[in-house]
Amino acid sequence: MKKCYINNSIRKLRFFANEMTQQELADKTGVTRQTIVAIENEKYFPSLELAFRISHVFNLPLEEVFTFRLEDGNNEPIKT
Amino acid sequence: MYQKEKQILVTLINTILILASYSLFLYYNYISGNPEIINDFKFWGKAFLILIPVTIVAQIIIHIIFSIVNKIVTNEDLPTISDERDKLIELKAIRISHWIFTAGFLLAMGSQAIGMQTYMMFFLLLFSGFAASIISEIAKLYFYQKGF
Repeated sequence: MKKCYINNSIRKLRFFANEMTQQELADKTGVTRQTIVAIENEKYFPSLELAFRISHVFNLPLEEVFTFRLEDGNNEPIKT
Repeated sequence: MYQKEKQILVTLINTILILASYSLFLYYNYISGNPEIINDFKFWGKAFLILIPVTIVAQIIIHIIFSIVNKIVTNEDLPTISDERDKLIELKAIRISHWIFTAGFLLAMGSQAIGMQTYMMFFLLLFSGFAASIISEIAKLYFYQKGF
């Protein structure tokens, strides 16, 4: 199986959301600030529920907050 | 260092202190006066039974003191919620501690299978319990700092 990378633009989105702090985002999503820091630094990949919660805070679709990329750069769905 | 990591560090230091002080307590109060007691099942039974409440009470007291000192020094409250990442780290740490304790248990049984003295089994059980606890806390610290 090809390795995949999940990136996010939370830091940028926080900046554009009136410079929302990590603690504010943590409070709105029901997690600790440490978890938000880990997600921003891509040391932790959130559950689907938390990913949706984060997108909901920024009022954006999931794919604008999180991006998925395969090792070879091909983002086409895998055909079975 | 985050509050959660500080809590883990306190638990780790506390566990080591309990192990050291309880071992010294057993040695000076029972073993040094009567070395033969280490082969007595009753002695080990009491030692294990007393250790459990002592550990629980000591951990609670130390954590209360830590939260008071932490509030005074940093003016920050300790996190009251445990989110999905905390739970995942907890699960991974528990899995590691189970493996270590299982290895210790097998060694303890092995010691009896090859005809070693009874105290060796209890000593290995006690030691593997503490080793599992200490390594579990170290694993948590690692996962919090390095990610997984």
